[in-house]
Amino acid sequence: MALNAEQIKSDQESAIAAISKAANLEELKQVKIDFIGDRSPLAKANQLLGSLNPNERAEFGKLIGAAKTVVNQKYLDKNIELEKERDSQVLQTEKVDVTLPTKRTLSGGLHPLTLLTNEICDLFIGLGYQVEEGPELESEWLNFDALNIPADHPARTMQDTFFVEPLNAKLVLRTHTSPVQIRTMLNQEPPIYVICPGKVYRADELDATHTPVFHQVEGLVIDQGITMADLKGTLDHFARSIFGSEVKTRLRPSYFPFTEPSAEVDFFFNGRWIEWGGCGMVNEKVLIACGIDSKKYSGFAFGMGLERTLMVKYGITDMHDIVEGDIRFSQSFGLGKQ
Amino acid sequence: MKIPLSWLKEFVALPTKISHDDIAAAFVKVGFEVEEISLQGSDLTGPLKVGKVLSIEELTEHKKPIRYVGLDTGEGKTRFVICGARNFKVNDLVVVAIPGSVLPGNFAISARETYGKTSNGMICSAKELGISDDSAGIIVLPSGKIGENAIELLEIKDVIFDIAVNPDRGYAMSVRGLACELAGALKLKFIDPASLIKGKKYDSIKNGRAVTVKIEDKDGADSIYIRTLDQVDVKRPTPIWMQRRIEKCGMRSISLAVDITNYVMLELGQPLHAFDADVLHGGLRVASAAKFKRLVTLDKVDRKLSADELLICDDSGPQALAGTMGGLNSEVTNKTKKIALEAAHFNPQRVARNSRIHGLSSEASRRIERGTDPALTALASARASELLIDLAGAKFVGSNSAGVATKNKVIKVSPENITELIGYTYTMKQIKDAFIAIGCQVAGTSTKLTITIPTWRPDLNTVADLCEEVARLNDYALIPSRLPIGKKGAKLTRMQQRKRAVANMLASQGLTEVINYPFTNQEMVDLLGFSGDRAKSFRIANPMSEEFPLLRTHLIPGLLTTLQRNLSRGAKDVAIFELGTVFRNTAILADAVMPDLKKKPTAKVIDQIYTGVPKQMLFVGGVLVGEQIKSGWQGKGLPWSWQDGVAKAVEIVESTGNKYEIVNAELAPWHPGRCAEIKVNGKPVAHAGELHPRVCNALNLPPRTVVFAVILSELPMPEHSYLPKIWNFPAVVQDVALVIDGNVAAISIKNALIEGGGKLLESVELFDRYDQIGDGKVSLAFTLTFRSPEQTLTSEEVAKYRDQAVAVASKKYGAVLRG
Repeated sequence: MALNAEQIKSDQESAIAAISKAANLEELKQVKIDFIGDRSPLAKANQLLGSLNPNERAEFGKLIGAAKTVVNQKYLDKNIELEKERDSQVLQTEKVDVTLPTKRTLSGGLHPLTLLTNEICDLFIGLGYQVEEGPELESEWLNFDALNIPADHPARTMQDTFFVEPLNAKLVLRTHTSPVQIRTMLNQEPPIYVICPGKVYRADELDATHTPVFHQVEGLVIDQGITMADLKGTLDHFARSIFGSEVKTRLRPSYFPFTEPSAEVDFFFNGRWIEWGGCGMVNEKVLIACGIDSKKYSGFAFGMGLERTLMVKYGITDMHDIVEGDIRFSQSFGLGKQ
Repeated sequence: MKIPLSWLKEFVALPTKISHDDIAAAFVKVGFEVEEISLQGSDLTGPLKVGKVLSIEELTEHKKPIRYVGLDTGEGKTRFVICGARNFKVNDLVVVAIPGSVLPGNFAISARETYGKTSNGMICSAKELGISDDSAGIIVLPSGKIGENAIELLEIKDVIFDIAVNPDRGYAMSVRGLACELAGALKLKFIDPASLIKGKKYDSIKNGRAVTVKIEDKDGADSIYIRTLDQVDVKRPTPIWMQRRIEKCGMRSISLAVDITNYVMLELGQPLHAFDADVLHGGLRVASAAKFKRLVTLDKVDRKLSADELLICDDSGPQALAGTMGGLNSEVTNKTKKIALEAAHFNPQRVARNSRIHGLSSEASRRIERGTDPALTALASARASELLIDLAGAKFVGSNSAGVATKNKVIKVSPENITELIGYTYTMKQIKDAFIAIGCQVAGTSTKLTITIPTWRPDLNTVADLCEEVARLNDYALIPSRLPIGKKGAKLTRMQQRKRAVANMLASQGLTEVINYPFTNQEMVDLLGFSGDRAKSFRIANPMSEEFPLLRTHLIPGLLTTLQRNLSRGAKDVAIFELGTVFRNTAILADAVMPDLKKKPTAKVIDQIYTGVPKQMLFVGGVLVGEQIKSGWQGKGLPWSWQDGVAKAVEIVESTGNKYEIVNAELAPWHPGRCAEIKVNGKPVAHAGELHPRVCNALNLPPRTVVFAVILSELPMPEHSYLPKIWNFPAVVQDVALVIDGNVAAISIKNALIEGGGKLLESVELFDRYDQIGDGKVSLAFTLTFRSPEQTLTSEEVAKYRDQAVAVASKKYGAVLRG
């Protein structure tokens, strides 16, 4: 059998046509045996090279080599293509519906009062305040007397206080977190910058806006040169941090036995003034009772209810939701929305 | 206090165009909250006429008696109306709503057929006109002209401000005080009604028939006037203008003599009391109750007196609870002829006590508690005398008084004082105007002002008090805003960080935080089987209800109640937790120490105050019911079980960096065989497991409800434990299965293996438990992991350590290697 260029060309084209025609890897495997393997026409032609004279050998060797390279490359490309096709078919069969319900664990959540308390504490820590806490069952002296609220003072009946037996020990469920301020002033030297969050008690029936057990946050600053302007600036900053940077505040003259001058702080939110809390410059009598040199130091204090703050901030209209512990309520707050 | 604009106008030169909103804003600016503005008569249109009753025909055939009344309303012919009220007679003057008029509540009056007659209008009650709550009968006018416009006669159209008066401002519970404040707020002229009274005229009249007065209890009062008047015609009606002002201020018109005392109190702020002088024996005395035990007050209550209560007495005994309420015995009745009129400046604290002891808060006591003007005793009693003479035809008998002359306080204040406290520098004019507006006299130099305080401002005692007045009258809005920055290095304490970390951990594990009321009751304590310290609760002396009179000794009661609530609302899977304080009445509490405020208490006294407050522990607790992994299309879920409760407790303890041991415990309210006790340093700090089935049944909770509780405040604050050296040589693992008696705790075997395993034993993990062996035996399979810091261990070496570990378990607990 003799070699001729036409035949080689024709073998190459047949091989390429067969490769192209292979519909899957099985067929391609057969094509490889038929057109690339040892018995393929091109292999056979290659085997004949040895019987040619050197010139012809070089010439046909070149031709056959080129044809084999082209066919091989074609084969490799086709193989990759068909493997890809096969793989994608397999993965298709493994397809799942990712929209099926997958979450099987419970959604927990923090009570929004905890979230709000944390937010406020973080804000004031940033301003250089320490967080102070104290007992809920508290001495009458710390809750009232030390705050310049003597036994028969009308202010003492303003707040309906829970008294706790035995009566000789004069214990009350604290009506505000102010006894924490007194403890702080008795225990520490000025300058004092503290924020006091906590649970407080007043004998109000539970209704849409009242609860006998609620939460307050109070602030106390004792330092040199503290004025009512510092109080106002602090409350402005506080209100804007909680309710938004556009929020306006106002102070209205008021009365508390433990501050002089005293004020109520309101903020303007959603088109109306909302009473937020009480504040003022710490009464000299209180400073003296706590051993603070009132000639050298002055200070301010403020306090507000957290339930009320929460209700305004999130548009909660019924106190029952805050106190009843229905898991749907706290779950909606999660771990706090960032 | 309610106050009508028409009365305020008498003493403040208000511009005619000012709106009631501007007036309210002015009150708010100087510190008086306006709780309500009511526009009386705004929803009333006439014609309303004064009518004279000409005839009354009783219609008796109806369910209730009805009158068919003929009226002269000045229209030339008789107007007939149907009326259901019965408190009037022929010739009485009444208020008639003519058809076409509209009464409050959009109640249009028209001629209508009723009870078989034509009713051509309506005879009105005070309630129907919206001028008081009195609906007992129709209004019978004491005076008026037939056909006169009744809206004008009754001064119905008015603006009434309801103003909240702070407890330090007794003077403002009067037209006088509020007019002064309003004038100050608006920078208008104020006419002091007290300056119009000619008290001196009466002071000089002495007469043996005048009731005498003494102050025996000097602490009780420092000034009292008794003015005696005779021939008082108490049956005369109260004039309409007085009656209407009293009603507009929210009080009721009662009788002329009483109305006069109330009117003067409303006008000036000084409570007055009128005694029937003919029933008094001897003079009046301000005295403490001492030996007197009882007093029947005007409200007909027989009151038990305590020794230090302040009274007004005569020779026969108590006649009034001073400043609070008069006695029934000497009440002014319709037979009274001679009146002893009392005006006193009582000690506010003593009156507050009277009021508090008897739960009796009267118009008088509310004013006196807040501090009244001592100078008014003379003036208010003179003013009331004048009115009794003018309106009740009384003849003045004489005056007696006791006490000390009133003195004005003087306080020195400098502009610097004000700037230092307020943070704003006011002009001298702003400062002086403020002081003058509140009735002070101002003298001194521009660096040191001498302020003479009016007697009606007992609340002004210090420089700070005066600073507030300057700031208040100049509007707090002037004060600038400045943000002070505190101390460097502020941060949460470790306990505060611990609370946050624990709450965040539980919430991110699917538990929901709740905040329960810390109240419970004995039934709950008994049901849960609390004993020892956990049964020692504090009782609230004045609980909201007898249903929950105790403070909680544990978080469990509240958690179970909240669990019940969630289940009753349809929840199936409930995992809740609470961080909260518990209260245990475990120490004997000493009598409280109550130091005065003159200086800081000594360290010893402070310590007594602190130790007098019972220790209150901080707990975290939770309950778990239902599934923690929900059943669904994937298959069956995973219910919460006792292990999860124990795991939560353990995780909380571990998160604080504490090493713990865990033992089986029997402790109510847990299942006696399913309760873990976790100890740190040998002290129990947590319990967890299943709730006792008896409790589940009693509270209708799901069986196997899981409960855990950890005493956060009792967990020590360990020093930070640093990372161990990380060893890189490969670990060699050995598994052992040990057969033991089922009663031996797994933790005991684990501890025995650790003890025997040597120092290269890195960890011991239980990976299987098989309890079907029989004989009450169980098989526990552990993986022992060994690692050396220096070399790769050979299996011979490791087998030796394993055998040593098993030997200890065998020796201590009879553990046998399972073949």
